[in-house]
Amino acid sequence: MDYTIKIGGEAGQGIQTVGDILSHIFARAGYHVFTHQDYESRIRGGHNFYQIRISDKPVTASRSKVDIIVALDKESITEHEKELSPQGHVLYDSTFLKEKYDKPHFLDVPLFELAQTHGGSKIMANTVAVGAVIGMLGMNPEIMYETLRKTFKKKGEEVIDANLKSSKAGYEYARKQCLTCSFMVSGFASPKLLITGNEAIGFGAIASGLKFYSAYPMTPSTGIFNFVAENARDFGIVVEQAEDEIAAVNMAIGASFAGVRAMTGTSGGGFALMVEGISLAGMTETPLVIALAQRPGPATGLPTRTEQADLLFALYAGHGEFPKVIFAPGSPEQAVYLTNKAFDLAEKYQITAIILTDQYLADSQWSYEGFDLSKLKYNDYRLRGDKFRRLNYYARHSFTETGVSPLLVPGDSVHLVVTDSDEHDEEGHIIEDAETRIKMVEKRLFRKMPLIKREIEPPILYGESSPQIVLLCWGSMYGIVKEVVDKLSEKYKIAMLHFSELYPMPEDMGWLEILKNAKLCINIEQNATGQFARLLKMETGFSIEKHINRFDGRAFTVDELKEKVYACIGRL
Amino acid sequence: MPALEDYKGRKPAWCPGCGNFMILKAFNEAMVELGLNPHEFVIVSGIGQAGKFPHYTRCHTFNGLHGRTLPVATGIKLVNHRLKVFAVAGDGDCYGEGGNHLIHAIRRNIDVKLFVHDNQIYGLTKGQASPTTMKGVVTKTQPFGVFSEQFNPLAMAIALNCSFVARAFAGDIEHLKSVIKEAVNHKGFALVDILQPCVSFNKINTFEWYRQRVYKLEKDYDPSDRTRAFEKALEWGERIPIGVIYKAERLTFEEQIPVIREKSLVEQNVQFNVKKLIEKFL
Ligand SMILES: Cc1ncc(C[n+]2csc(CCOP(=O)(O)OP(=O)(O)O)c2C)c(N)n1
Ligand code: SF4
Repeated sequence: MDYTIKIGGEAGQGIQTVGDILSHIFARAGYHVFTHQDYESRIRGGHNFYQIRISDKPVTASRSKVDIIVALDKESITEHEKELSPQGHVLYDSTFLKEKYDKPHFLDVPLFELAQTHGGSKIMANTVAVGAVIGMLGMNPEIMYETLRKTFKKKGEEVIDANLKSSKAGYEYARKQCLTCSFMVSGFASPKLLITGNEAIGFGAIASGLKFYSAYPMTPSTGIFNFVAENARDFGIVVEQAEDEIAAVNMAIGASFAGVRAMTGTSGGGFALMVEGISLAGMTETPLVIALAQRPGPATGLPTRTEQADLLFALYAGHGEFPKVIFAPGSPEQAVYLTNKAFDLAEKYQITAIILTDQYLADSQWSYEGFDLSKLKYNDYRLRGDKFRRLNYYARHSFTETGVSPLLVPGDSVHLVVTDSDEHDEEGHIIEDAETRIKMVEKRLFRKMPLIKREIEPPILYGESSPQIVLLCWGSMYGIVKEVVDKLSEKYKIAMLHFSELYPMPEDMGWLEILKNAKLCINIEQNATGQFARLLKMETGFSIEKHINRFDGRAFTVDELKEKVYACIGRL
Repeated sequence: MPALEDYKGRKPAWCPGCGNFMILKAFNEAMVELGLNPHEFVIVSGIGQAGKFPHYTRCHTFNGLHGRTLPVATGIKLVNHRLKVFAVAGDGDCYGEGGNHLIHAIRRNIDVKLFVHDNQIYGLTKGQASPTTMKGVVTKTQPFGVFSEQFNPLAMAIALNCSFVARAFAGDIEHLKSVIKEAVNHKGFALVDILQPCVSFNKINTFEWYRQRVYKLEKDYDPSDRTRAFEKALEWGERIPIGVIYKAERLTFEEQIPVIREKSLVEQNVQFNVKKLIEKFL
């Protein structure tokens, strides 16, 4: 079983609602689910879609072929009919689209009429559509009813009832009318979690002891902001919408200086404004975590689309020379653990940690059995209370073997915590002498950096252990490339080398041998210039000849990428 | 009880005769008189001559970036509202580079006291016009004189219903000290604009110039009268009022955040029970 359902229509028509409810029904039924979204930067109109893939085996990307199209507008048919699989069907409402399609694989469901007669309101058309899809798939409707009950719990019995009736009407209509529907779904298994990349970062942050989040809304990072705000009360977090990104990053730095774990999140243009603050965190050695959810630039670019073109910008963000770490999770699961690691390293080494994601990962949902919470780490690296009070002498930036000076909380004792964006002495006071300057750079950069490198994990090798063909990728390309490797591994000795801990490169560079020994290395990135390949060359001297770059703002489906890889292999 | 020696900081790198020295003296004396120990407050500052201020006294210090004083101060206050948080800035720093932050700090009414060393010039970068430079003044970078309207921080703050708006003069240490003390005792955001002669670059607004013009607000002046306060804020030229010009009762920002009502953020334990949170994804 491996089906894809695409819900297409204009913004404001409830595509998101239908998609979300469906994907939750599938996850609760125990299926493996992957969803991705494609939407325009507008609140109403345009053409958007929500694509759901369900399977009885783990799925980590979208396919090109679609089995059911739920067409809420005509464009869903004109643009996507060609994507239908041989058994594919289109669900639409001819009175609404004002057009009748007399083809056998078109199912005309009077969504609005059924909504009106069964749910009592046209608004219920979306729920009728949900029911119809479940009916077409031939799935037992029990979990659908459960999910709808849960979804509308807060809205009261009347709303729940109307939704149940509407979904039932859609379900029964499709069961009766779709004579050519031949889908076979597997039986229910234990329910799975469904989580987006953004939620996973928010979850990872809260699980890491996040206490302060300041940000300025910017797509596609806003989901993290929303998630943290939703849980602020339960977890004792102060969330502040700053006047701009400059304020957001400086507030987070102030909060971190004052003694708690603090974070901010943004996207390209906002990150550009934060760069000044990153440099400040570098000089004052204030722990800072930033989520940078990439979207295509330059400038405002394609606000709702995806790209991986801010890697080198993140690497060079901030004037002057100071250490930082850059992580790029490839899945929500990696996002949870890497966010945790970002908080840990940021505080342990008093540096900035950047979590680099993109719209594709931010918005796509993945299903999981659960997370291994015991893998989450929490060490409070600050000296507090008695530990602080017992010190005879304290200097915020004192020279130590590791370059890491004790981090204290101002106000916690009579010792003074002093820091400065100017070059400073051990106590944190402004200096200009050359000798202290040299020692401070050595402390901040040269002492810490080798220790940080030791904390970095090598890339993940997936597939053949001594491959002839290596597909290199980073961040959100993980799921797509992984499935391409699955598809090609019967024919070729192929593997994926996926990088999620991008900078610094790990101390252990054993994996470079894999690249050196391969016949063909193909670098795959969602940008025009192969930024990761440049970083790799810079750090290791290894150059990659073959590249697959996509920069139209859309992510690859597995099939599309497979064709591109084939083409590269063909030229071997 | 703290003594003045407790406030002896690094040796100032200001020009001899600079108005900043008087502000420093007034500030230190105010702290002693208020009984505030160095570890009981933090000074956040930016860049400029004024920005170096915390190094010359003794306190917790975050000397950050040009114009970014208030966001850092806001972050600190939200984490630890038991700590007194002061911001020290120059007029360029606070009204120029950081103008937007000032507007929003006032709107929030975060309990931060902002002391602006207003020398009506950029000191550290050697004499360019600042937002408070008077119209027509010629400098190296304004060869035809300043064209823009002189920024009026007090009028803007009153328009935003800032809960404490005052002006003081570095040349009158006793009065300045009393204003600083009143600001520190005020609950909510306080803007204190301090007229600070720059003896090196501002040859117009000198000690003498200010002395001839400043006058203290009358004893019976009512700072809660917003219209009257606005009138006072517009007075500039032959006579310049000093004192607390406007005061309003407003809830502070941090008082309104449920999460920190009982305990400051830094006093709260981290909760790691995220099992419940995971269930939200089921
Ligand atoms: C982002 C940034 N821009 C410019 C500067 C250069 N700079 C340093 S101090 C200053 C202005 C100082 O004027 P003011 O804030 O009035 O303080 P004063 O020195 O007069 O006390 C400027 C422009 C800087 N440090 N950072
Ligand atoms: S330049 Fe002006 S403000 Fe700066 S120290 Fe000298 S006199 Fe004071």
